[in-house]
Amino acid sequence: MTQTLRAPFDSAHGDKSMERIIADFPILARPTSRGKRLVYLDSAATSQKPRAVIQALVDYYEQYNANIHRGVYEIAQRATDEYEHARVKLARFIGAQTSEVVWVRNTTEAINLVAYSWGDHNITAGDAILLTELEHHSDLVPWQLLAQRTGAQLRFIPVDARGIHILDDLDRLLDGCKFVAVSHVSNTLGTIAPLETIIPRAHAAGAVVLVDGAQGAPHLPLDVKALDADFYAFSGHKMLGPTGIGCLYGKRALLEAMPPFLSGGDMIRKVEYTRTTFNDPPRRFEAGTSNIADSIAFGVAADYLTALGMPWVREHERALTGYALERLAALEPRGLAIYGPRDPQRSSGVISFNFADIHPHDLASILDTEGICIRAGHHCTMPLMEKSGWSATARASFYIYNTEADVDALYEGLEKAARVFHI
Amino acid sequence: MDDFYRDYILDHYRSPRNFGTLEQPDVAAEDVNPLCGDQIRVELKLDDGKISDVRFSGKGCAISQASTSMLLETVKGMKLTDVAQLPKDAVLENVGIGISPTRMKCAMLGLRVLKSAAIGKLADWPDEE
Ligand SMILES: Cc1ncc(COP(=O)(O)O)c(C=O)c1O
Repeated sequence: MTQTLRAPFDSAHGDKSMERIIADFPILARPTSRGKRLVYLDSAATSQKPRAVIQALVDYYEQYNANIHRGVYEIAQRATDEYEHARVKLARFIGAQTSEVVWVRNTTEAINLVAYSWGDHNITAGDAILLTELEHHSDLVPWQLLAQRTGAQLRFIPVDARGIHILDDLDRLLDGCKFVAVSHVSNTLGTIAPLETIIPRAHAAGAVVLVDGAQGAPHLPLDVKALDADFYAFSGHKMLGPTGIGCLYGKRALLEAMPPFLSGGDMIRKVEYTRTTFNDPPRRFEAGTSNIADSIAFGVAADYLTALGMPWVREHERALTGYALERLAALEPRGLAIYGPRDPQRSSGVISFNFADIHPHDLASILDTEGICIRAGHHCTMPLMEKSGWSATARASFYIYNTEADVDALYEGLEKAARVFHI
Repeated sequence: MDDFYRDYILDHYRSPRNFGTLEQPDVAAEDVNPLCGDQIRVELKLDDGKISDVRFSGKGCAISQASTSMLLETVKGMKLTDVAQLPKDAVLENVGIGISPTRMKCAMLGLRVLKSAAIGKLADWPDEE
């Protein structure tokens, strides 16, 4: 049960053990102010960054800081090359063509881009937009606003008490539906959406599909073409990259037909005083000076994950989630309630729970004294919490640098909370 | 932070005093802590400008619920004008040591709602005054 997982790095990297992966993350070597080992179990909120990503930021600013695309001199050329090369890396990472990858700030911006640019020009009164009951506010509120602007109707794929999608009524829900938005993975419960069922049926009904991949791209092997998603949105900061950079993938034909979202410099072909012709995608959607350093560092994060191998990442997290579910189950007789799928095959590295009458914020504070970082609250899914009757939950989430020792620390931390609260 | 959860705090969390609602409150206020969603409602009965009875309701963490329960035990007989002036120490003296900065809002929520009821509009956060 406690054998160490070994990362199957390719031969160029040699055989890296978990210790070597952990050593790539400087923050994990820094004890907390109480002298505890940092046990980081909040990667669903944001991941830690390996040294190579941090170094890429420093290299850009120290060696070739310059604006891109119009510079003639050497460092401007290098900046442009590295920036565009990062786009190539991200395109490869998700199985897209380079011209289909738009740089955005994060998943939220990607979704808003689609809601305004595609939504405002394709959705009209009486159309239906189909979401699921698991959506993060970022994949809910933009559609609520689109529905208000256009008079469209929102519908929801229901989930059961374990957060598993109920598809019995899918065809009825898709009837008259122009657009579907689904999270690849639920950030609150870890549920992996049955995209292989939802996407073809949505297409058969004539709907365009956006996948909120904020928790998908970091954790699951991904091929947007095989999935046949029309749009796929994800954030760099949840997959070893910096904050402030993310991607929107859109099928070429869809992006070409879409008007700009923001306008200004960089996204134009020709500007006259009273009119403008716009650039082709993806640059049509990248107004103003881009987040150059972070794009480049995001490319390095994609390299890191590619070297590890996304199948390994998935398997590592599946095994760890399985181990955690097994360990934590020992606390169930004492009042631990574990939410979400109990089968690690159906979930991705997220465990949501409550412990007896300890409020999740109190639990998080007690765990914090042991160096253990978990999240407590509604996880930006207030409607799901309300529907499920939870006012808040505690959430532990895993990534490539987590080990069974971290799960053991969580278990010990919960034991301590039980002692503090006399449970 | 773990020193905070002393027995009398847990007692106020699990058995809050003055918990519930008043038949016909003279003034009331409520608020949520935007950070964690804790909710508190405070209702007051007045007699000649002084608090003659008090109830609170809501849900949330041990810090917000116990702080409110302990604070309200001290306010009966107090003039509304004095309630409006209560400083953050009115709470911190009760709950004592151990509140981490990230949880200060939880501790201050009840006092903020009480002061809001006293002044008839949303009061400032006592820890930001
Ligand atoms: C499922 C899901 N969608 C969207 C988002 C929003 O991501 P960002 O804040 O990077 O825009 C998150 C982040 O928590 C998420 O987990």
